Parts: sequence; C-alpha cells; structure tokens
Amino acid sequence: MGNIFDILGPVMVGPSSSHTAGAARIGLIARQLYGRQPEKATVYLHGSFAATGKGHGTDKALIAGLLGMLPDDMRIPSSFEVAKEEGMEFTIQNKDIKEAHPNTAQIIMEAEGVPTMTIQAYSIGGGRIRVCKLDGLDVNFSGESCTLIIRNVDEPGRIMEVAAALSKAEINVATMQVFRDKRGGTAVMVVETDQIVPKTAIDDLESKPGIIRVKFLDPNGTTV
Amino acid sequence: MSYQSMNEAKERCEREEIPFWKAIQLEDAEERGIEVEDSWNKMKYMWQSMQDALDAYEPDLISRSGLVGKEGGLMEAYREKGNTLCGDFMAKVMTNALKMGCNNACMKRIVAAPTAGACGVLPAVLVTYYREFDVPEETMIEAMYVAAGLGQIIANRAYLAGASGGCQAEIGSGSGMAAGAICYVRGGSTGQIGDACAMALKNLMGLVCDPVGGLVEVPCVKRNVGGAVNAMAAADMALAGITSKIPVDQVIDAMKEVGDKMDVSLRETGVGGVAGSLAAEKVVKRMNM
Repeated sequence: MGNIFDILGPVMVGPSSSHTAGAARIGLIARQLYGRQPEKATVYLHGSFAATGKGHGTDKALIAGLLGMLPDDMRIPSSFEVAKEEGMEFTIQNKDIKEAHPNTAQIIMEAEGVPTMTIQAYSIGGGRIRVCKLDGLDVNFSGESCTLIIRNVDEPGRIMEVAAALSKAEINVATMQVFRDKRGGTAVMVVETDQIVPKTAIDDLESKPGIIRVKFLDPNGTTV
Repeated sequence: MSYQSMNEAKERCEREEIPFWKAIQLEDAEERGIEVEDSWNKMKYMWQSMQDALDAYEPDLISRSGLVGKEGGLMEAYREKGNTLCGDFMAKVMTNALKMGCNNACMKRIVAAPTAGACGVLPAVLVTYYREFDVPEETMIEAMYVAAGLGQIIANRAYLAGASGGCQAEIGSGSGMAAGAICYVRGGSTGQIGDACAMALKNLMGLVCDPVGGLVEVPCVKRNVGGAVNAMAAADMALAGITSKIPVDQVIDAMKEVGDKMDVSLRETGVGGVAGSLAAEKVVKRMNM
C-alpha cells in the first residue's frame, strides 16, 4: 500500500485509473525506455484492455503516453490527432497474449537508426503499472523509483562492473534483479536506486565491453 | 507505517492531544520523509484540482459510449427552477456529484478519490459546502486529510477497488470518507468522525460493482449521487449525537468479509447486476464490443 496520495489521487484524465491512467503510464514508460519518441508504434491489447479498452480510452491513453503525455494531460482524448501532427505512425490491435495479466499491453517501437524495442506491461490499478517483458526477456519493475536498466552479454564480471560504477558514483542500490534468455546469451539487469544515476556513470557503463545498452528511468524527471 | 485502525489513530490523537487530521498529516510526513509543509502543499494542490475539475464540466459532452454526459446539466437546470424535493443545497450536492461522474466518463481531468469511478462523492460534499458557507480554506484542506486518513484505514483493513470488493469498496468508501470529512468541517470530534464514516459504510454495505459493458458510466455516474447524499445524512446523524453501535474498524472488517463473499460476476466484470440486464446487452451490442 502506498501513501495517502494514492487514496486522494492521482489527478488524472478519466474514466479509469487502471484502463486510462495506467495505460498512459505504460506508454510513457515505454517511450522513456526507448529513449525517444518512436516513429512507428505497434500496440497490442490483451484481456480486459482488449474487451473494454475502447470505452475506457485505453487506446488513446497508450498513444498519449508514447507522445510523452502524463496521465493528467488534457490532450489524452485527442492523442490520435496529436500523433498525426507529430508524425508518429501507429496501429492498435487486439491480441491474445498467453498467461498475461488481464490489463496487458504490448508495444513495439521503431525509429530510423535506433534498434526496435518491444515492451510488455500491465496495469495494476490506481494508475500504477508493472513492466514484465523487455525485448522478450522477463523483467519486473514499476518505474516508480529511479531505475537503471542494463542490457549485457551473459558472462562473468558484468554485475561487478555495474556495482563498481554505482559505488564510484555514490549511488545506493535499493533492489537488483538479473534476467537472461539463455546461458551466455543476452541478459538484463534491473537496478532500482535511491539516487539519480548521473549521465557520466551511464556513459561510463555503456563504454564497457559486454554492456550492450543502458537506460535510466527518473520517476520525477522530465520525459524524453 | 500507516494506521491500521481508527483505534490506533485515535490513540495517537489522545496521546499527543492533536486533531485527527493532524495525526494523518504527521504520519504522511514521517512515512515519506518530508516536511509537513510539503505534505500540506500537496493536499492543497489536490483540493484545488478537485475544484478545477468540477468547474471544467461541459454539459454538451457525451461519453464515448454515448450513455452519459448530460446528467450534470439536467440536474442543474432542474435545481435552478427552485422546486426540488431535496432542497436547494442537497440539489447542488447532487448536481456536483453528477458533473464529476460525467467529467470522468468523458475523459476530463479528475481527482481519483478513492477511485476514478467514485471521484464525484468527495467534491460533491466538500466543494459544494465550501462554496455555500463561510468557512476557511484551511478547514477544507484539513477535511481532505480526514478523508484520506479514513480511506487509508479502509485500504489497510479491506479494499478500495470494485474488482476486489464490489462498489461498496469504491462509492461506499468514498461516502464513508466524505461523511467523516464533512462531519469534521462542522466541528465533529474524532469519535463523531468515526461514527459518521461507520454509518455511511453500513448504509452502502453489500453494494455490487456492475458496470454496463465494463465501462465507468452506468450505474457509476449516478451512484456518486447516492454516495454523496448518504455521506451528508450520515454526518448529520453523527452530529446529532447518534452513534454507530458497531465501531468503524469492525464495520470495515465486515465490509471486507462481504466483499470476499461477493460473486465474481458482481465485482467489476460487467457480467452480473444491471450489467447483465436485457437493456445492458442491447447497449453492448450497439457498441459492438
């Protein structure tokens, strides 16, 4: 359970904290993970998102999030028009995703010169979400804390390097999770931190061999 | 750690000789490691957002399904004719509850309190009162803390989501929160705040969540009126010296038990209750869902 402003709040565009506010947040976190506004987005809706998404504006909210809008942005109802103005192409379809939470969305983001990224996330109510898949790898984070996401080759020493870089920048680790597709394959580290990770530390990490990509989510930061 | 019971909060109020709202504010500041001023400013922002949301109502908007949107305007026009059954002030409360419910359904900005579906109850009671009577804004923000504190106790002992405990958890909780809050504004003691909340919750216990087509429209918009009017009545009872024979903590526990026993078709699945009616089926078919 969160604090009293989870009871009185959030300030949001209606009609549903799970199907509208949560959907906008999924879009926004996807955009932040991608590091920019996608030129093309393919959105899949599963379960209750597919069944009642239209009536709840889930589709508009997801696109609004991808455009960088927060859940209380009054432009959410007209996000499709904004996407057109800003030249973001998108398609939205229903899809049955195996063993997924009823309020699940899957988003594929594409842009020239940037590798395609696929994320899967679900909405748990009260405007809060969990990201559960990143490019096919299982992950589990909310984006409510400072979160460092590192894609690396699954080989010895990578975790130590990350720990050392954070230690050097005097960053305290709150939680740390590691995932991989197969032994020696691609791995993901999800590190929640108590402090903002400075850009220098991120650049430093990215230059290390075996580290493929590093993304940092700042819950209070401005959107990319 | 937030208060697990009204008893626990009350004990602190007595021990430290502080009002209920202050106990909630102190706990928020302690829990989040912030200054009480920061907590106050955030609550003030919520209070302002509620008023702005109410004023943004547009009588010509209709929801995406076409089911709701005009109710706030219709009620307002009826009240202005000056011949309502409930009297002018209560008609304003009802109007504002409808306006907020419609705003939510029409994708306008609202303050979820405790949920988006029940966002009309608290502003209908508090904002309407604030605009009708001479009362300092500080008192209203204190009342917001009262509402939030009651909501948190309900969340800790039971739930606030229709999918978990039916509409009693959403409109019921909103009504209990608003009853305690307006009771405080009128000078009610911590005990009377608890009694007002308990009575409001008891009156709505067992209320099912049966949204037509799964949308937050029918019967949700009008249930905000039920929650607001019930809150006013419960607060008046408490202020009259009528007590809840069952303490509020035990009422919340009972609400949890009722919610746990509630069939899944009556918990926001859009299957049972009025969502299962013939008229609802027609609506769903028309919307091609």
